[in-house]
Amino acid sequence: MRVLGLILAGGQSESLGSLVAKRASAALPVFGKYRAIDFTLSNMVNAGIKKVGVLTQYNPRSLMDHLGSGKEWDLDRKNGGLFLLQPYVSQEGYYWYKGTADAIFQNMTLLRRGEEDYVLIGSGDHIYKIDFSRVFEFHFSSGADITLLIKELDETYNLSQYGIVELSGNRIVEIEEKPQKPKTNIGFLGIYFMNKYLLMELLYNYAAKGETDLLNIVISQLDRLKVCGYLFNGYWRNVKKGIAEYFRINMDGLKKDVREELFYRYGKIYTKLKDLPPPKIGGTAFVRNSIVSDGCIVNGSVENSVLFRGVYVKAGAIVENSVVMQDTVIEEGAVVKNAVLDKEVLIRQEARLVGKDSIAVLEKRAVL
Amino acid sequence: MRSVLALILAGGHGKRLGVLTEKIAKPAVPFGGKYRLIDFTLSNCVNSGIYQVGVLTQYRPHLLNNHINIGRPWDLDRKKGGVTILPPYLGGVSGWYKGTANAVYQNIEYIESHNPDFVIILSGDHVYAMDYNDIIDFHISKGADGTIACMEVPIEEASRFGIMVANLEHRIIDFEEKPAKPRSNLASLGIYVFNWKFLKEYLIKDEMDQSSTHDFGHDLIPKMIQDDRQVYAYKFSGYWRDVGTIKSYWESNLELTRPIPPLNLYDRHWRFYTQTEEMPPAYCAPSSKIINSIISEGCEIHGTVENSVIFQGVYIGENTVIRNSVIMTGTCIEKDCLISDTIVAERVVVRERVIIGQGEPAFSRLDKEVYSDHISVIGMYSKIPSDVVIGKNCVIGIGVTERDFESVTLESGDYILHKE
Repeated sequence: MRVLGLILAGGQSESLGSLVAKRASAALPVFGKYRAIDFTLSNMVNAGIKKVGVLTQYNPRSLMDHLGSGKEWDLDRKNGGLFLLQPYVSQEGYYWYKGTADAIFQNMTLLRRGEEDYVLIGSGDHIYKIDFSRVFEFHFSSGADITLLIKELDETYNLSQYGIVELSGNRIVEIEEKPQKPKTNIGFLGIYFMNKYLLMELLYNYAAKGETDLLNIVISQLDRLKVCGYLFNGYWRNVKKGIAEYFRINMDGLKKDVREELFYRYGKIYTKLKDLPPPKIGGTAFVRNSIVSDGCIVNGSVENSVLFRGVYVKAGAIVENSVVMQDTVIEEGAVVKNAVLDKEVLIRQEARLVGKDSIAVLEKRAVL
Repeated sequence: MRSVLALILAGGHGKRLGVLTEKIAKPAVPFGGKYRLIDFTLSNCVNSGIYQVGVLTQYRPHLLNNHINIGRPWDLDRKKGGVTILPPYLGGVSGWYKGTANAVYQNIEYIESHNPDFVIILSGDHVYAMDYNDIIDFHISKGADGTIACMEVPIEEASRFGIMVANLEHRIIDFEEKPAKPRSNLASLGIYVFNWKFLKEYLIKDEMDQSSTHDFGHDLIPKMIQDDRQVYAYKFSGYWRDVGTIKSYWESNLELTRPIPPLNLYDRHWRFYTQTEEMPPAYCAPSSKIINSIISEGCEIHGTVENSVIFQGVYIGENTVIRNSVIMTGTCIEKDCLISDTIVAERVVVRERVIIGQGEPAFSRLDKEVYSDHISVIGMYSKIPSDVVIGKNCVIGIGVTERDFESVTLESGDYILHKE
């Protein structure tokens, strides 16, 4: 069985403010050294997928820089490999992607060429680790036409931000997008698996006639096709759902069970290498319950925090409950609490940044 | 554009590193949390803009071959040039490498195929940061046939090195390899630049000389000076270490944890590259206490780490104390242990409540020449059962199992090897 991977990575996300001013949500840094897209991409590669198309649109520069030729994921191949699919201008006009279905429809060439029989569609901003071969097995044993990944969402998810699913056995009978009054707590995780020719047929039928959203097409087929839900029980979060959610995800990285599941089960998570030396923790340092990445030098106090690569915490500085992105410097005596500091931020000596009711956010290259 | 070819001598055994080089070549010995010794020379080459590199291997090359592979981490996977691994082979004038000069001699065809103006001969087992353009510029400006990098060393250590005497123009007038009575403290760093045509002439001459040991330091260089050829000394003043002994290996690693380390791994303009396993960043638990240490990716630290270098993927359990030690990749040290002044090699398992490095120092009963008087060494893949107490300067061999331990205490200077 050959599977084509498609990753939707074009979305804009206003609720993340300055964090997505310069990057697509799929390029958001998480857990010290990764970008959100690393999880979906590694999951696909670990499942033996050798050809992956990444559909980009909103601010793709940092995402493209991160993916490069795809060599960190072993996708620099003569056959297959990584395809970056941007909107383009042609003789007929401009083609911005108007939605998920439209984006895939405009890249029909990738579906038409190649010997893949199935398509796995994921999203670039989901954080999860899965053994996709189980999804494939489920798809065939249940005789589904389309398999959607679903999960029972607990009270930490705002149900009205998700597609909510109603089941009959393992068959999906109703999907309601972002309902005010959700009927169940089972959410659709934005991951589809189906026959490639079925997808092509659906797109030619509906996308060509102006339906821009893939989920809407699937919803319209619930009576006609057998759409089944694969119930995923693992860790799954979407970084796009606001600052609080972004912060929560990074803090989840400090939990043993989350780290074990994400990093040590069903293969590795791959990311772009930076060739930095291992972190150095100095004589005046105090580090507790924190992630410390390569290239960091810590001489101050760091607690309940995630330090990305190349962060410099100088003596006497205090960092607590914070996410500190790459190459940020926190100088002597500064205090940072309940905050997200974007890349290359400079916190000057004795400066204070303390988030009170919500998380304080400093944009890229900010100086405080 | 001048064309330079680098040749890295990486066939050495490194006998004085004891169990650390029992199964791997010295250039493949891990160093500094994530590197192997040869990474430093390879990185210096590419940072200096030299992208034609031959690596001469002989002793236990598998790990080294695997590590270098096609040279991707160093950007040496090139259509033109790049890295070539040069093992000894049969056919024509060939066979095992008899000495450093013979090793280069046997690869004359490879060198000629690149037709370089200069060759730079390097060692795969030194730790340093050096821009080779400086020595090549010096070589050209002097109109030299050959140039040797050197450094002043304490006179009492001079007999470990090739020692030279140079005149005011830096021309070498005397050279002696490992002299019993050194006439100066100017030591060779094992870094040579030669005009290729000149070197080739000497390699061929040396090969025919039945009395020669076919070594650069012992034979070729003294002969060049004897012939009154233009051989110059280039003085290097930066950081350079030959980590050839257990003690110097241990010290050079721990030096990296100093507030201002003598070798700056964090210099973004002179990076060191390596082939590493993809691992998540290090995690320091609420119960951890870490000072003055290097902690690598994939580590989970629950205990205390002081003045130590911890390699990738190491687990340190709760209430365990690691002090003045080097812990290599993939090692697991369970809870309530106390480990000081110890080198623990790769993928070792230390069970609960083990103590290593306590007691009075004593000479090694295994090999006094190799093991110094206070550092204990644990060989790779060993398993140390719980409640064992190991003294100073002890040696646990490679792949020692829990059954190999006959008692729960090992006096200082004692050793355990795996019984087949």
